[in-house]
Amino acid sequence: MARKISFKQAVNEAIAQEMGRDETVIVMGEDNVGGMGGEGERDAWGGVLGVTKGLYGKFGDRVMDTPISESAFIGAAIGAAACGLRPVVELMFVDFMGVCFDQIFNQAAKFRYMFGGKAVTPVVIRTMIGAGFRAAAQHSQCLYSLFTHIPGLKCVIPSSPYDAKGLLIQSIRDNDPVIFFEHKLLYGLESEVPEESYAIPFGEASIVREGDDVTIVAIARMVHVAQQAAEELAKEGIHAEVIDPRTTSPLDEDTILESVAHTGRLVVVDESHPRCNVATDIAALVGQKAFGDLKAPVTAVSGPHVPVPFSDALEDLYIPSPAKVKAAAKEVVEYAK
Amino acid sequence: MTTELNKELLLRAYRMMRRIRDFEERVHVEFATGEIPGFVHLYAGEEASATGVILHLRKEDYVASTHRGHGHCIAKGMALRSMMAEIYGKKSGICGGKGGSMHVADLDLGMMGANGIVGGGGPLICGAALAAKIKRTDNVAICFFGDGGSNQGTILESLNLSSVLQLPAIFVAENNGYAESTASRWAVATGNIADRGAGFGMPAAIVDGHDFFAVYEAAGEAVQRARSGGGPSLIEVKVNRYFGHFEGDQQTYRGPDEVKKLRETKDCLLLFRGTVTKQNLLTDKELDQIDEEVKNEVEDAVAFAKQAPKPQASDLLTDVYVAYA
Repeated sequence: MARKISFKQAVNEAIAQEMGRDETVIVMGEDNVGGMGGEGERDAWGGVLGVTKGLYGKFGDRVMDTPISESAFIGAAIGAAACGLRPVVELMFVDFMGVCFDQIFNQAAKFRYMFGGKAVTPVVIRTMIGAGFRAAAQHSQCLYSLFTHIPGLKCVIPSSPYDAKGLLIQSIRDNDPVIFFEHKLLYGLESEVPEESYAIPFGEASIVREGDDVTIVAIARMVHVAQQAAEELAKEGIHAEVIDPRTTSPLDEDTILESVAHTGRLVVVDESHPRCNVATDIAALVGQKAFGDLKAPVTAVSGPHVPVPFSDALEDLYIPSPAKVKAAAKEVVEYAK
Repeated sequence: MTTELNKELLLRAYRMMRRIRDFEERVHVEFATGEIPGFVHLYAGEEASATGVILHLRKEDYVASTHRGHGHCIAKGMALRSMMAEIYGKKSGICGGKGGSMHVADLDLGMMGANGIVGGGGPLICGAALAAKIKRTDNVAICFFGDGGSNQGTILESLNLSSVLQLPAIFVAENNGYAESTASRWAVATGNIADRGAGFGMPAAIVDGHDFFAVYEAAGEAVQRARSGGGPSLIEVKVNRYFGHFEGDQQTYRGPDEVKKLRETKDCLLLFRGTVTKQNLLTDKELDQIDEEVKNEVEDAVAFAKQAPKPQASDLLTDVYVAYA
């Protein structure tokens, strides 16, 4: 019997259950507890948006706050992982990766390979992504394509509470460095989530809607945008198959290729900046491996090549909308040479 | 010390602090209505810091701020109307509605911007100072950062770099006791950020940030040192913020009545008034006059912002590059 919880609660539950099961799992980050050193409440914040609230009460010193020193504490989590712990460390906004990326892409990602196979670095870096909060250019990016680009990292991007819990549990159990991307606008989304612990394997896409006329691959919050578009398309007799890759590294290529094999048409929706994003990566992959199946060019739906604007009037134009996805799908369906 | 400051300067100082205070208090009220988008971080309580430092500066001097940047911007001369409009996301905002509260900036006024990245201003100020040194102006560059920012690698590197290159830079640590919800007494290893100055080869001072005169004096020394080629300085200003880290933060990490007591006993505007009236430098009437003028100014700014139009679709793609090709 599944009850409904929010994406945020699902993340919290995944961490709590794994911490209960495995004493080497620790949590670190800025204000993951909150109130350290002050006169007020301890666990005052539980994370900037409350995702880690309550963990300190359950697990005490295994849940640690840090000063604002990402290079040092993200690196410390990575070092601790290489030395026997399983840290779940938070990079509060993915936009802050600039101050600590070396530890992630040159250290964590490369240890196993560079050291000839001996290193095991089971760190999970949780981070917030996404636009729509009016948080402006430095707090609204996705950037998962930059991490996907790096051999040695795994990239996990859930779109639902059910997926969030199962994928985070898998991430914590996984023995490689995992970057776990949480779209900030999905935190309040509720769905049925089993109370017991469960793990969803990496490299397995989810077909969230079946259809024969066009394949729409979408990531994070865009999965919901794509589903809305699919509803609209169905009214016009166009049946879209919506696929959520769930992990961009490893990527479930087979599910995407199989879908394109029967629809012949592909739209990829990626909220990231358009150049070198995951949409372009998937488009290239399909172009290379399934050229013969394609009845139309692959279309990527992303915002324009601009920083995320602050004003709601502009931000709403930046983010791919259901109408834009619908228009792209219709274009590929109606394409004829 | 107070008697060395002429009346005109004292009036300017009070007006500047009052403008910042009233602006922030009003944004707090307006934000609660839901009309202001995104994140806002208010400077109320810290006015004497921005004012005491920036009153020494010329237009050509540079300032880099933090996410809590409205105070520094107002002190550096940004118009209230265009700041308020920016916070509301309107096209007539100082950044065309594209930056918002966290990125208010005006390079024409030497304001290198509020910054959404903690510690982001440190290297930039080293750059502004380097430019001044190479161009042989006697301009100076000031980096404001917080107790949270004091632990960020970019700030520590900037302290070292400015010292090694002997740059005309001043680093002002506004220690308001909290980095988000985390107390500085826990997060800053030595307790005093100023203790780091010696480690990076520069003079450092600690000042009471509720006392405009103390800030003004310490900043004056640092600015003079930088302008005359004497290299960088670090000033730690102990202040307090009245509002949360961001609007919406319930501040449960603070003691009961903590803010109430601060407003009653450590308010920089009240303390300033007390000092100048007691020493017969200014009258209550003169200060009240400024209060009234500023009240109207802020009212005007809000009215302007509310009726101003939002940016349009054609604005989305402009100003990414100077020239794409």
